[in-house]
Amino acid sequence: MTKSEFIYTTYIKTTPEKLWDALTNAEFMKQYWFGMYCTSEWKTGSAWKMQFHDGGLCCTGSVVESNPPKRLVLKWLQEKDAEMKAEGHSLCVFDIEQDEGAVKLTVTHSIDKAQSKTIVGVSGGWPKVLSNLKSLLETGQAVVTRKVDCRGQVA
Amino acid sequence: MVPNEDKVFKALADNSRRLLLDRLHKKAGLTLGELCEGHDMSRQAVTKHLALLEAANLVVPQWRGREKLHYLNPVPINEIYTRWISKYERGRLQALHNLRQALEEKDDD
Repeated sequence: MTKSEFIYTTYIKTTPEKLWDALTNAEFMKQYWFGMYCTSEWKTGSAWKMQFHDGGLCCTGSVVESNPPKRLVLKWLQEKDAEMKAEGHSLCVFDIEQDEGAVKLTVTHSIDKAQSKTIVGVSGGWPKVLSNLKSLLETGQAVVTRKVDCRGQVA
Repeated sequence: MVPNEDKVFKALADNSRRLLLDRLHKKAGLTLGELCEGHDMSRQAVTKHLALLEAANLVVPQWRGREKLHYLNPVPINEIYTRWISKYERGRLQALHNLRQALEEKDDD
């Protein structure tokens, strides 16, 4: 089967519970995700959506698996870009593991399509989001605090 | 084993290892055999380099059945970048990078 996929990992000096909260709490998320935030009940089968800081819709999907504070699996549809939307759902998996004094977060984002525009699109954003998240959890401050609105413009 | 920054810099301080990262940047999920193709490094040398890259969290292994696939993990590199480059410098640095690329007509994507 041909597919597009990336796997990013980072080690964060925190607890699995705090990391889970950071991944699912909209107010916390805004601080490290360039003002963007997700809302959902975060239960298996729930719907979820991601919005830009001005409320514009970015992505939607459903929660495939919710096992706090260890594993969150999301079906993910890009709503902004017609080409990406036409590719259909991608799958995003967050794995959280305790590793010595830190917590290892692994993000795997994949789609059953070779040369996927969705995967290329999200792969550039994840390292920045993860660095910001790590910094925020470890030091209380995000590295990059700019905000992006639904036109992709930076505030 | 939690990787530290020294491991990242050590792993990056070798041209063969940077070439392996380039290969994984171009195509994700390569096996050891695929990574050995097309250059004169021995299988043992590639294995050794990959172990250092994994210890630095620059390469993430993924088992698919009996096959071990390798993925580039750019998060530690992004951390080096954000440590010394402020958001105000980013635009100017990108302009310089674009200028150099245009003049050298080099595609280092």
